[in-house]
Amino acid sequence: MVNTKVNLCGIELDNPVIPASGTFGFGYEFAELYDINCLGTFSFKGTTKDARFGNPTPRIAECDSGMINAVGLQNPGVETVISHELPELKKCFSKPVMANVSGFSIEDYAYTCEKLDKEEQVGWLEVNISCPNVHGGGMSFGTSPEAAAEVTKAVKAVTTKPVIIKLSPNVTDIVSIAKACEEAGADGVSLINTLLGMRIDLKTGKPVIANKMGGFSGAAIKPVGIRMVYQVSNAVKIPVIGMGGVSNAEDVIEYIMAGATAVEVGAANLVNPYASKEIVENLPAVMAKYGVKNLIDIKGCAHNG
Amino acid sequence: MNRGIYEIIENKPLTKDIYEMKLAGETSHITAPGQFINILLEGFYLRRPISICDYDDKTITIIYKVVGHGTEAMARLSKGEKLDILCGLGNGFDTSKSGKKAVLIGGGVGVPPMYNLCKKLLAEGKEVSVILGFNTASEIFYKEEFEALGAKVYVSTVDGSEGVKGFVTDVLKDLEYDYFFTCGPMPMFRAIEKIAATSGQYSFEERMGCGFGACMGCSCKTKYGYKRICRDGPVLEREEIIW
Repeated sequence: MVNTKVNLCGIELDNPVIPASGTFGFGYEFAELYDINCLGTFSFKGTTKDARFGNPTPRIAECDSGMINAVGLQNPGVETVISHELPELKKCFSKPVMANVSGFSIEDYAYTCEKLDKEEQVGWLEVNISCPNVHGGGMSFGTSPEAAAEVTKAVKAVTTKPVIIKLSPNVTDIVSIAKACEEAGADGVSLINTLLGMRIDLKTGKPVIANKMGGFSGAAIKPVGIRMVYQVSNAVKIPVIGMGGVSNAEDVIEYIMAGATAVEVGAANLVNPYASKEIVENLPAVMAKYGVKNLIDIKGCAHNG
Repeated sequence: MNRGIYEIIENKPLTKDIYEMKLAGETSHITAPGQFINILLEGFYLRRPISICDYDDKTITIIYKVVGHGTEAMARLSKGEKLDILCGLGNGFDTSKSGKKAVLIGGGVGVPPMYNLCKKLLAEGKEVSVILGFNTASEIFYKEEFEALGAKVYVSTVDGSEGVKGFVTDVLKDLEYDYFFTCGPMPMFRAIEKIAATSGQYSFEERMGCGFGACMGCSCKTKYGYKRICRDGPVLEREEIIW
C-alpha cells in the first residue's frame, strides 16, 4: 500500500491531483462523467468581481504538443458563482474546493476574495496574478515583486483561508516574485500559469487568435514548469503547487520530486475529460513502480546532492 | 457524451477534398441530429470536431473536408484503424420546433448534418425540401442520397455548372416553407437571415478547445446570455442569435 495523501496549507488532500482553473469549469459538468470526489480538490474557473464574456473568438489555437487559449477570464461574476455555481457544486462534491480569483485592481481582488472567504465550501483562495489574456490586470500584478506583494497583502487582510498566489512564468526572475509573495504573507504559491504564445495562419498571414496572443499550455511546457518549481521550492518555505503539461501520474511524481506539494492538471482535461480521474487511479501503481511509499518522502528530492 | 474507441469501417473520397468515414462503435449517446463527435488523431494535441452525418445503433457516418494537417491525416487512415472519440457532443437540432413544411439548407461542408435531420423529419411525417449549395458541379456530394430519402432536393452552384446558378438563397426565396434548418459558412447564414420568412435553427462552427464545455474557448453572445458553441450549441435558434 502506498500513501498518496499530502497536506496543502493545513488541509489534507487524499491525493495531490488538482484539475487547474479554466479546464474544469465549476466541477459539476465533470461530475456527470465521473465522481469528482476522487480528486484531491480542483481549482474552479477564474472568478472576477463582475461577470465577463472574455475575448472575441477565435480564442483557441493548436500547437505541437499543446494549445494556446485567449479566453480572457469568462465567468459569471462572484455573486453568481456564490448564488448558483457553488450550490450546484455542493450537490456533487463534498471536499473543500480551491477558489480561483482574478482582478483588475487591488480592490477587485480584495472584494472577490472577501466574498468567497465567507463560503464554507471554499478551502483555499488561489489568486491569479498571472493571466496573460487580459489587459491592465491579471499578469501585470504578477510581473513585479512589489505588485505581487501588494495583492497578497490586500487579500490576506480580508480572509482567514489559506492564500495561494498563482505565478506567471512570463517574467525574468520568478524566484524573486515568489519570495515577495511569501514575505507578504502568502500561504503557498502555484506555478506555472500559461506561457505567452502566438500562432499565425499561413493562409491569411494573420494571427490565429483574435486577441493575437494567448496562453500556451499542454505537454510541451512541462520542462519549463518543472524548472520553475525546482527553483521556487528551493527559495521559499511555503508549499508550492506545480503545474504545466501534467498529462499522467509520472508527471505528478516528477513535479513532486522537483519540490511541489501538490500538482494541478490543466490542458490534459480538455483533451481527455477523464484525464484527472485516470491520473488519480494510476498514481498508486506508478508510486509502487518507483518504490515510493509516501509522496512526502520524495518531495523535492531532486534538490539533494 | 461517451468516450470510446471506434473502428474505421470505411474512409473514402466523395469529391476531390471531401471524405466520408464510417465508424463502428457505441452510438447510444447520440440524442439528436446535428450533434458532433470529437476525434483524437495521433500526433495532434487537440481533437477534431466533425458533425455526425448519419448513425444507426452500431455505426456513425461523418463527412469531412481536408483543410489542414489534421484532416489530411484523417484522409490517410484506413479500414480497421481505431480512433479515440468523444461521441454525442452538442445539442443538435430540435425537430419538435419544426412546422409541417421544413426546408433544410446546407452549404458545402455544412451539408452532412442535414442528412440525418432530413431522415428524422421525414420519419416524423414532415414534408422536407433540401437546398444544397456548392461552388461548382464537381464539389457536389450526397444529392442522390437526399433524393433517395424522399426529400425534394434543389442544388445551387455559384458558377451555374449544375442546378440553379447562384446561392442557396436564390432557391430559398421562391420556396414555400414554415420552418428552416441550416448549416454552412457565415456569409451564407447572413444571406439566409436577410430573406428567411420563418423561424429556424442555425448550426454554427467555431474553433474549439475541448468540445464538451470545459474550456470556454468557443463561447458566443446570444440574446439569452453567453453560450458555448460546443455544449449549448452548435445549434442556436434564429430568435436568440446576435448577428
